Amino acid sequence: MLFNPVFLWTDMLLWLLLVSVAFYIWRVRQREHLLQPWRRLLRSRSGVASAVVLLAFVAVGVFDSLHFRLPLEKQGNGAETHYSPEVLSVFDLMVGPLRKQVEKTYSAPFAVQLYTKETIELPGGKQVRDYPRLKYGGAHLREPVREQAGDIAVTALQGGVYAFFLCGGLTVALALWLARRRGISPGEAWTMIRHGRDEIPWRTLLTTIGLLILFGCLATVFSAKYHIFGTDKVGQDVFYLSLKSIRTGLMIGTLTTLVMLPFALLLGIMAGYFRGWVDDVIQYTYTTLSSIPGVLLIAAAVLILQVYMDNNQELFDTVAARADLRLLFLCVILGITSWTGLCRLLRGETLKVREMEFIQAATAFGVGHFRIIARHILPNVMHIVLISIVLDFSALVLAEAVLSYVGVGVDPSMQSWGNMINGARLEMAREPMVWWSLLAAFVFMFVLVLSANLFSDRVRDAFDPRVR
Amino acid sequence: MSRPLLVVENLRVSLDAGKTQVRAVDGVSFSIDPHETFALLGESGCGKSMTALSLMRLLPEAGHIESGRISLDGQDLLGLPEIAMRSVRGKRIAMIFQEPMTSLNPVMTIGQQIAETLHRHTDLRGEAAQRRVLELLDAVGIPAPQARYHDYPFQFSGGMKQRVMIAIALACEPDLLIADEPTTALDVTIQAQVLELLRRLQRERGMAVMLISHDLAVVSEMAQRVAVMYAGEIVEMAGREEFFANPQHPYTRKLFASLPGAARRGQQLEIIRGSVPPLDQEFSGCRFAGRCDFAWQKCSDEVPAWSKVTSGHQVRCHLLESPEHAACEAVATLSSPVVRPEVRADQPLLEVTDLKVHFPIHKGLFKRVAGHVRAVDGVSLAIHSGRTLALVGESGCGKTTVGKSILQLIRPTVGSVRFAGDELTQLKGAALRARRADFQIVFQDPYSSLDPRMRVADIIEEGMVALGAAVSSVDRQNSMNSLLQQVGLSPDSKYRYPHEFSGGQRQRIAIARALAVKPQLIVCDEPTSALDVSVQAQILNLLKGLQDELGLAYLFITHNLAVVEYFAHEVAVMYLGRIVERGTVEEVMQSPRHPYTRALLSAVPVVEGDARREIIRLAGDLPSPANPPSGCHFHPRCPQAMAACRQNYPAVVGFSITHSASCYLYSEK
Ligand SMILES: Nc1ncnc2c1ncn2[C@@H]1O[C@H](COP(=O)(O)OP(=O)(O)OP(=O)(O)O)[C@@H](O)[C@H]1O
Ligand code: SF4
Ligand code: SF4
Ligand SMILES: [Mg+2]
Repeated sequence: MLFNPVFLWTDMLLWLLLVSVAFYIWRVRQREHLLQPWRRLLRSRSGVASAVVLLAFVAVGVFDSLHFRLPLEKQGNGAETHYSPEVLSVFDLMVGPLRKQVEKTYSAPFAVQLYTKETIELPGGKQVRDYPRLKYGGAHLREPVREQAGDIAVTALQGGVYAFFLCGGLTVALALWLARRRGISPGEAWTMIRHGRDEIPWRTLLTTIGLLILFGCLATVFSAKYHIFGTDKVGQDVFYLSLKSIRTGLMIGTLTTLVMLPFALLLGIMAGYFRGWVDDVIQYTYTTLSSIPGVLLIAAAVLILQVYMDNNQELFDTVAARADLRLLFLCVILGITSWTGLCRLLRGETLKVREMEFIQAATAFGVGHFRIIARHILPNVMHIVLISIVLDFSALVLAEAVLSYVGVGVDPSMQSWGNMINGARLEMAREPMVWWSLLAAFVFMFVLVLSANLFSDRVRDAFDPRVR
Repeated sequence: MSRPLLVVENLRVSLDAGKTQVRAVDGVSFSIDPHETFALLGESGCGKSMTALSLMRLLPEAGHIESGRISLDGQDLLGLPEIAMRSVRGKRIAMIFQEPMTSLNPVMTIGQQIAETLHRHTDLRGEAAQRRVLELLDAVGIPAPQARYHDYPFQFSGGMKQRVMIAIALACEPDLLIADEPTTALDVTIQAQVLELLRRLQRERGMAVMLISHDLAVVSEMAQRVAVMYAGEIVEMAGREEFFANPQHPYTRKLFASLPGAARRGQQLEIIRGSVPPLDQEFSGCRFAGRCDFAWQKCSDEVPAWSKVTSGHQVRCHLLESPEHAACEAVATLSSPVVRPEVRADQPLLEVTDLKVHFPIHKGLFKRVAGHVRAVDGVSLAIHSGRTLALVGESGCGKTTVGKSILQLIRPTVGSVRFAGDELTQLKGAALRARRADFQIVFQDPYSSLDPRMRVADIIEEGMVALGAAVSSVDRQNSMNSLLQQVGLSPDSKYRYPHEFSGGQRQRIAIARALAVKPQLIVCDEPTSALDVSVQAQILNLLKGLQDELGLAYLFITHNLAVVEYFAHEVAVMYLGRIVERGTVEEVMQSPRHPYTRALLSAVPVVEGDARREIIRLAGDLPSPANPPSGCHFHPRCPQAMAACRQNYPAVVGFSITHSASCYLYSEK
């Protein structure tokens, strides 16, 4: 076997989620009234732009969720293949050198030397204390002081040219495709795109994708030669860490919702539909739950899990599996503390919908409770679910950072923005300051959360019947 | 003749609706004299409210006035800066709206709200302002104004709120009062009070009133001059007498012909086929051409200009210049009267005895039961196959609750509901579910009674599947097609969603859904009150046709007495949870006995009523069903109340086999 696939829990859940999203899309495509809000969403410029950015993040996260282990060197013929204990993902292969180019310790963005002085042995046997050259960053330069500026300019130009051709190709492809779909000439399609005359803001779409491509090309060409966000304490490339953290952020943001959704849906709708004692019990439950401070509950649960895992080391064959379980557990516990909000909303909406006359008409036909809930109530409260999922997403991503910072977040061995910030915390005090880990985590998180927020605003506009 | 107070010339208003422009008002001209009541009549969506709002320059965000001139007493309103316009609003032109519930600020006392208007437009302050507010409240007939000055809107009933709105509108003695469907949301008895109030105030203060209404009868009682609006345009304008005696435009005539009433019993009502054309187009001919029985080539080629019938009576129709085309009228309006067989089985299909529905009122932390709303308090009635029983009464008297508890959608507290021999109140679970195919319901609001997320096919199929009416899917498809045809919709409409249909079409779908399980009884809960007159006629025709064809029995819940006269065989009048009078339509409508029935009948505005009938004015509103008055529930409002009425509830007195009432006036004998 070339490799040994590893199925982590969170991976499988993510794939399950993707399959259900695909199913949802397939359903929506058949139903005009479900399609309409999405059309509205596609017509807004900030909606399209933020969706593109989110999709880019999701793509990274998805590629980072295909895990496997590579075989170790064969001992001899016929011997059983042993696999490396290190779990890799497809994404790791795609950014190959980034993962492997590990320096000794801190180095600043675009630096060619380490950040600390060391004793270097010169060829002559003499020793000096100086900043040693990096093993990978800028290693191709002979005389960095003189050559670096020129090299950076040339590399940037190279990246720009790649990006230009990619964007150009994309634009032409889009114009041709539009021309075919709308039955107009490519020239007309181009003017339509350029002047924003179509319902869908193609211009914004192209600009956003163009910026992403430009950033991608520059990052690619530069990170082959430099550490664009520097390196951390053990010399790992910070840019690589930030990219790897995307998966963690996405997992927390989406799986938590997946975990809490069944609770919130079932309990919220039951409370609103059956009322009476069912409603009382559910209401008391969530009122009680939501008056316990969430952080306390999370801290307690995570610490218990930690103890359990420490006592049962043998259950996990790789570090990744261990970290993954902790991530999953964190999602579950976050889900349990956060279902109350949605549950309350759903209860209120169900109370309203169940009084609608079409529910009574169904009752008059003797349709059973379960069918009424599934066919009438659920579709009519679905917009609330959707709106709150996207609204919660960014809050959860931020919550992860805070929890990891406090020390009850994801496993320290797992790359996450919270862990990056946590690691950078100590270095902020040091002189000269190591600022780049913090900055990188901040920039990535900011872009993700900002686009998620923009997107959720547009989703709310498109789906909330009161906004129209 | 005096100079007109308000002149509107060639007003055009358009609304942005996404990509297109909707020309909601398209070239409307009229004038209103001082002291005159001018009525703008038209069906929903024809641009009445937009016209009124542009007089006030209060158009919604998407709307703007394209062209035209509006001048009030010679002053050009469209040219005024917004600041100056603000002093016109409220002071010179005031407006009252249809929905009294939403037009008052819920967190201000009504006294404050009226005083605020005074504050803005006059110099009255403090004591003087308060005195004026009390005067106004008194003028609009609010009892004990002093005491109610500090009450909040939620403490007032709908009719009272509308009075407060009128008081606010009158605060600055405007020259022109625009009343946009002022009584549509109110009950007939309350409507009579409010209309009377408007008439009185107009007489006393000499204002001009512009009344906007879809109700021919209300217009006939109020207006001096009438303009009919259709699809953004005024199509006919005349003085009241001339208008009601000699309507000319084919649309107006159709409107008259589609009114139900006793005179049309047993006949089909006239309907206007098709629907109002979308207003986002440029019209090259008459807007009514697609629906007009007389239309010929010229109608679709040439926009009709105004033609004069008499002085002051104008019509926008080519027919006036080419009277030869009116010949086809005879063919077009001929309708074959259907004589209904008076089937009467001996055993009633549905027999309700002493039905009571009490809703508990919960109070306090532990939801203690603090009392009961006696929504239905001892109702008995019977319906035979193929017959219609109309249940009439004011809003909140418990009509809907009766309907729902017969269907066991609400479980009755006590009482028996026998349906074809089965006691429904005893049936539970599967046994009840199996019986449900026999009785169905059609709701008032066709917008909330169809699930917006389901296709028409799924909606109709739901009942068939749940009750196993047609087994195979092919059977179901076939019967669905024939059902849709039966209610006048094309079979391909089953793949569409409810929001793609108009109100009348949705009501047809709701009827098809009920018919799908082949019921014997249909409870129709105000099935036409959310619809326009011409659409109401279609639905009534449909229900009537179905009854003749399938022998259905209807429990027809309504507050519209004209519909009752046209449609029902028997009538039961309900007041505060009890039936106060019952009988055949002729008995109850021609010789009402119970004082409440008499008041109700007298309050109904009528089109033909030239000689003003005596309206029996009822004081106050419907009391709360949570603690009904002692004795006869009606005594606080009854003009003939006696001492005995306050003691005990009167027993039922029979006048004939079918006719009976509960009133002490008749019990001595
Ligand atoms: N579920 C309920 N709980 C408590 N009170 C109720 C409930 N449903 C109805 N009521 C009360 O019962 C009374 C009768 O209501 P119902 O809806 O039967 O009146 P209605 O005659 O149909 O009025 P409308 O003409 O406005 O439809 C009203 O006072 C109403 O407030
Ligand atoms: S102009 Fe023609 S279509 Fe229009 S109302 Fe008159 S007869 Fe009918
Ligand atoms: S019983 Fe008395 S109060 Fe009641 S309706 Fe008859 S006369 Fe009026
Ligand atoms: Mg009702």
